[in-house]
Amino acid sequence: MAEPKNENPFRVLTPRPASESVVAPVTGTPAELEQSVREEVERGILFTSVEKMVNWARANAIWPLGFGLACCAIEMMAIVGPRFDISRFGAEVFRASPRQADLMIVAGRVSVKMAPVVRQLYDQMPDPKWVISMGACASCGGVFNNYAIVQGVDKIVPVDVYVPGCPPRPEGLIHGIMKLQEKIMASRVELGPVVPKKKTKKGAA
Amino acid sequence: MTLNMGPQHPSTHGVLRVVLELDGETVLKAKPIIGYLHTGMEKQAEYKTYTQSIPQTDRMDYLAPLSNNLALCLSAEKLLGIEAPPRVQAIRVLLTELTRISAHCVWLGTHALDIGAMTVFFYCFREREKVLSIYDMVCGARMTASYFRVGGLASDIPVGLLDKCEKFVDEMPAHTDEYETLLSKNPIWLARTEGVAPLTAAQAVALGATGPTLRGSGVSWDLRRNQPYSGYEQYDFDVPVGKSGGDAYDRYMVRVNEIRQSTRIAKQAIQKVRAMGEQGEYRLRDYKYVLPSKEEVKTSMEALIHHFKIVAHGFFPPVGEAYQAIEAPKGELGFYFISDGTPRPWRMKVRSPSFVNLQTLPTMVEGRLVADVITAIGSLDIVLGEIDR
Amino acid sequence: MADPRPQGLSPEVVEQRLRERFPDAEFRRQMGEAVRDHTLYLPADRLVEVCTFLRDDPELAFTMLVSVSGVDYLPRDPRFEVVYHLLSIPKNARFVLKVEVREEDPKVPTVTGVWPTANWLERETYDFYGIAFTGHPDLQRILLPEEWVGWPLRKDSPLGYQEVAFTHNTPDREKPDPDLKKLAPKKVKYRAH
Repeated sequence: MAEPKNENPFRVLTPRPASESVVAPVTGTPAELEQSVREEVERGILFTSVEKMVNWARANAIWPLGFGLACCAIEMMAIVGPRFDISRFGAEVFRASPRQADLMIVAGRVSVKMAPVVRQLYDQMPDPKWVISMGACASCGGVFNNYAIVQGVDKIVPVDVYVPGCPPRPEGLIHGIMKLQEKIMASRVELGPVVPKKKTKKGAA
Repeated sequence: MTLNMGPQHPSTHGVLRVVLELDGETVLKAKPIIGYLHTGMEKQAEYKTYTQSIPQTDRMDYLAPLSNNLALCLSAEKLLGIEAPPRVQAIRVLLTELTRISAHCVWLGTHALDIGAMTVFFYCFREREKVLSIYDMVCGARMTASYFRVGGLASDIPVGLLDKCEKFVDEMPAHTDEYETLLSKNPIWLARTEGVAPLTAAQAVALGATGPTLRGSGVSWDLRRNQPYSGYEQYDFDVPVGKSGGDAYDRYMVRVNEIRQSTRIAKQAIQKVRAMGEQGEYRLRDYKYVLPSKEEVKTSMEALIHHFKIVAHGFFPPVGEAYQAIEAPKGELGFYFISDGTPRPWRMKVRSPSFVNLQTLPTMVEGRLVADVITAIGSLDIVLGEIDR
Repeated sequence: MADPRPQGLSPEVVEQRLRERFPDAEFRRQMGEAVRDHTLYLPADRLVEVCTFLRDDPELAFTMLVSVSGVDYLPRDPRFEVVYHLLSIPKNARFVLKVEVREEDPKVPTVTGVWPTANWLERETYDFYGIAFTGHPDLQRILLPEEWVGWPLRKDSPLGYQEVAFTHNTPDREKPDPDLKKLAPKKVKYRAH
C-alpha cells in the first residue's frame, strides 16, 4: 500500500485482516468459559473498581511529612530504624517539604508559638491529606495543661487518627498508620474536577 | 539575602528557627530563634510536688531522660540534706551511663544523617534499641522512664537486668569501632567536619558552653571528675578533650570517646552492684522524706503515717535553696530549687546545657558557608525540649 | 585511688576578697537552715563592677556565668530577685550572687559585657518576669511568642489550666445509645493488604 507523503510515518500498524484474529473466539460450556477466565486472571487481570484501586494506591504509598516536634519524634525516627521498619508499609519516604507530602504526623506537643506554623504547613499540603495526632500531647495536651501548650492539635487541624501514649510505642504508631490505611480504603474518591451541569436556556441559544 | 531555616526543617533537630543573612553562600549573620516548644515546665513545677515534677523532666532532654531525673533527684536531695545509699548510687551511675551511650548514639546517627552518611543512622538506632529495651525492663517505658525518686529508685531492679546490661556493655566497644571505621578517617567526613565551626577555648568559656562543646575546644572540665556526685569519685575513667581548635571533628571525637568511657564506667558499676547484691535496698530509710517499703507500711504504725503524709501531701523540705548540677550528655544540667517549706517548690529553675550552648552558634558560623550551619547545629548536639522547657 | 579533683577555692575566701576590694558596698550573706550554697546579696548598681572583678582577678577567675534566674516573692517588698550562679573553672569553685529588684522599677544593669552568655539568660528572665536589663543589646522575648502580653512566671499570672471535660463535669453531654448490640465489633471490610 502506497503511503501518501503527509501521513504520519510512525503509524506502522497495518490493520489485520479479519481472518487472523488474535483473540480466539470464545465458545464453550459455562464451565469451560469459567476455566478460561481463570486462566486469564492467573495471567494478571484484576477486576476492581477505580475507587478501590486509587484508594489502595494511596493507602500503600503514604509519604509522611517530617514533622517531629518533641519526644514523640524520636519514636517516629525509631520506626524508620531497622527494628520497626515502616518501609514495609510504603511510608519510609519522609519528605521535607509539605508540598510533596500527604500525611502529617504531629509528633509532640504543640506550643502556642508553633500553632500558626502547624496550620500553615497543613494548608501547604496538597489534597488528599491526612493527619495523625501522635501521642498524648498532640491529642489532648497530655501532661501539660498550662498557658503554653495547645490542648490538642485538633483545635488547629482536622485529625484522622489519634494515637495515644507518652510516647506511643513504635508498634502503636504503626497500628495507627494501619488504621489510617483502613480509613483511606473506605473513603470515597472524586476523579477529576466536579463539573457543574450546564443549564439549557429555553428560547435563545 | 535573608534566608529562614524554619521551625520545620529536616536537619534542625527539632523546632529551631535560624534566620540567616547570606551573601552568596557566605553567612553574614545567624540568629537562632527558639521558643517553638516552650512548655511552661518551670511554672507548672510550682503547682506540683517534687516527685510529680520528675515525669516532666523526662520530656526536657528526651534523648537522655534518666539524666534529667537524676539531676532533679540530686538537687532535691541536696536541699533536703540526704544522700542515697551506695547501692542506689551505683545503679544510678549504671543507668545514667547507659543513657549517655544512647544519647550519643542518637546524636551520631542524626548528625551523620545530616551530613549524608545514612548507614551510621541505622547502626546507631540498632544500639539504641538495646538500651531502650533495658529501660523497658527496668521501669516499663521505652523512653520516658521517671525511674529515679528523691532518696532512691521507684522500685528495685528486676532479676536479669545486670546480665542484660553486661551483655550490652561487652558488645558495645565493637560497635563503637564500627562507627569509627565508617567515619573517623573517611575523607568526606573529614572534609565536612575538620576546620568547620571552630570555637576557641576562651570563646567557649565566655559563652558558657559546657559538656562536649567545651571539651572539644580543649578545656578539660567534666563535672563527674571535678565536682563528683552520686559516687563518681569511685570510678576509673578518662575525660577526652579536643586537640585541634574546637572544630566539629573535635566534638565528634570527644563524643565517640565518651561512648567508650561510658562503657568502661558501666562495666565497673555492674561489678559494684553485683557486689552489693542483685536485689537489695533501693531507697533511703528516712521516712520523713522517702516512702517506706510496703512490708513496713503494713506492720509499723509510724511507717503507715509517714507513707500517708508523703503520698497525700508530699514531703516537707526545709526552707532554703539548693543548686546541683550534673554532667548530662549535653553539658551541665542544673536544677535550682527554692523551697518555702511546703511540698511544692517556690521556684524551680532548670539550667539547661543546650540553651546556653546554642548561643555559640553565631560565633561558630559567621563568615562560613551555609552548609556549615547544618554541621555546626549537628555538632552542638542540641535538644529543643531542653532549650525551650 | 588519689582524688583527681583539684583543690577548690573556698567561698568564704571569695567573700572576704570581695569585702576587701569593695569596702563600701553593702554585701549581705544569705543565712538560712537549708541555704546550701554560699550566697551574697548585693545592690544593683555595684553589680557590673563586682562581676568584672570576680572574672578578672587571677585568684578568683570566675570566668563562667552558669545561670541567671529570676524569682518572684510576691507579697514581699522587694518583690523580685535575680540570682547569678558563677563557676570558676581554674579554681574549681562555685558562687552565688543575688540582686534584689523592686516591683515599681524592675531594672538591673546587664552583665553581658562581662560574660557574653548572659545575653540569652537575661532575655529569658525578662521574658518570664518583666525585669528589664539596662544596656542589653537585644532585649526581647525569647521563649514566648513576641506578641504575648504578660509575664507568665510571676506569681499573679495564672497557670492557664483548662478544665478537661470528663463525665462528672459535663452533665449535658450526648449520652451513648443504651442498646448494647451497637457495640458489637463489625467485620472490617476494607483491608489495604
